[in-house]
Amino acid sequence: MIEVQDVTKRYGDHTAIERVTFSVGKGEVLAFLGPNGAGKTTTMRILTCFMPATEGVARIAGYDCFEQPLEVKRRIGYLPETPPLYHELTVQEYLTFVGRLKGMSAENLRSGLDRVVERLSLGEVRQRLIGNLSRGYQQRVGLAQALLHNPPVLILDEPTVGLDPKQIIEIRELIKSLAGSHTVILSTHILPEATAVCQRVVIINAGRIVAVDRPDRLSARLRRSEKISVTVKAPPAGLAERFRALSGVQSVFEPTDTGAFLLECELGRDLREEIARFVVENGWGLLELKTISMTLEDVFLRLTQHEEGMIGEGAAVSTPSEEQTRV
Amino acid sequence: MTPVHAILAKELRSYFVSPIVYAVGAVFLLIFGILSYVFVVNAGNQAVRLMQIQGAAAQLNLNDLVLRPTFSFTAVFLMLLLPILTMRTFAEERKLRTFELLMTSPVGINEIVVAKFLSVYLIFLGLLALTGVVPLILSLFSSFDWNPIFTGYLALALLGAMFLATGVLASALTENQIVAAFLSFGLLILVWLLGGLGNVLGDTPIGNTIGYLSFIEHFDRLTRGLVDTKDLVYYLSGTLLMLFLAHRVVESQRWK
Repeated sequence: MIEVQDVTKRYGDHTAIERVTFSVGKGEVLAFLGPNGAGKTTTMRILTCFMPATEGVARIAGYDCFEQPLEVKRRIGYLPETPPLYHELTVQEYLTFVGRLKGMSAENLRSGLDRVVERLSLGEVRQRLIGNLSRGYQQRVGLAQALLHNPPVLILDEPTVGLDPKQIIEIRELIKSLAGSHTVILSTHILPEATAVCQRVVIINAGRIVAVDRPDRLSARLRRSEKISVTVKAPPAGLAERFRALSGVQSVFEPTDTGAFLLECELGRDLREEIARFVVENGWGLLELKTISMTLEDVFLRLTQHEEGMIGEGAAVSTPSEEQTRV
Repeated sequence: MTPVHAILAKELRSYFVSPIVYAVGAVFLLIFGILSYVFVVNAGNQAVRLMQIQGAAAQLNLNDLVLRPTFSFTAVFLMLLLPILTMRTFAEERKLRTFELLMTSPVGINEIVVAKFLSVYLIFLGLLALTGVVPLILSLFSSFDWNPIFTGYLALALLGAMFLATGVLASALTENQIVAAFLSFGLLILVWLLGGLGNVLGDTPIGNTIGYLSFIEHFDRLTRGLVDTKDLVYYLSGTLLMLFLAHRVVESQRWK
């Protein structure tokens, strides 16, 4: 449904995105993940025909974003970073305007309006001025605008920004319910969101795609050691060295302010029992012992801090620095 | 309802809920009223003087004494007023990021530019129509030739179109409304001064060409009741040129 091939965008000397390639199948929900300034918005703006790419081809439903912008624009709903709202209009007037702009017939517009107002629970603010609404409502009106003409492709730039936790869950449910019937690309820097909503994640950093995969597979693929956190009540001097001497322990990080030692062990070995016995037998007082599983956060940080190609199976990963592991 | 209608309706709605139209309208009507009042009083004084000299009631030409100078002063005054009306057209959309909605909707840039221009033009024509009260009231107390009045209004309508198109262009160039307003003041005053520059250069091909570019000469002819195709072509082509440039500017910004 969406194909992006070798798309590069340069602003003068600055390269915003470089040779970005990915594709999204019909009915799929894809998350664009990356730190601020990574090129998420640029990619979306190219897909929505807001601006052309310097090089490369972007296609939506078979139509080229540069050659046939009108055909593309008819098929997309777009929520930009800042919701495009006219503060002097009421919600009803605004959505009516958007519907007409999208070329909806009066009848479609009426039913579409009722549908989005209901789905985004905008009923009670329908006749209020947008400028007087809270940030959360404004964001939802922005989403309503993108969904109004029921486009097959939705491009949502940070759809849950400014919402409270309850609304975030509602919007995520809404996006999930769109999967199957709609193709969705959303950008976010909130990782649980990507895990919760999307079937696939594209991690982008400094304008390049660093990884494309399912969220669970990403963390599995990048894990190359078991991590155990150990908190000891009375650690003797040089305890880190003694941990390191245990068989199977690869490296040890000194306690941070939480007082927990972090042990990296060989993949596939559970050393918890031995470590517990080791601490208890020496009488140092074991307060806490737990394994640390790699979250998408770690994956994300690792991928974005080391500019390393991770596309395809079995790519190499560098050793994480101490800084990162502590996060 | 086509997208042009949709944008036009939305623009008009936005103008009328904001104070801009009321401020611009009030100032415009007030000044038009004061100008015509001053010229009417002047004409009255002249009539009294003529009566003293000739001893009989003199028939004064109200077209020359009242309406034509009112139109001329209004033309100059519009240079300062209309940029206030147009400054928000594109600048505000860009500032509020609503521009992204317009540009990602299945609407051509030409449709956006035309709708934006038509919205301010309709407001201007509405204000201009309200000033029709002045000649109507005058016609109750005296008689004058209506023909130059109609051509005078035609002149103001054409001139206004050109000014507004220039304002739309200026607004497309920046996202700051104040800058947009100053830019269109500058452009309009520049075109106005070209008349003076043409005069300085005298009756040479260059002088005549530069003189032709100014709107004053064309305006004067029309307010005298002379409808010359040359003048109509001047205003219409000026308006179209400005709108075309605005279109190019909007289009080119996508490439930055």
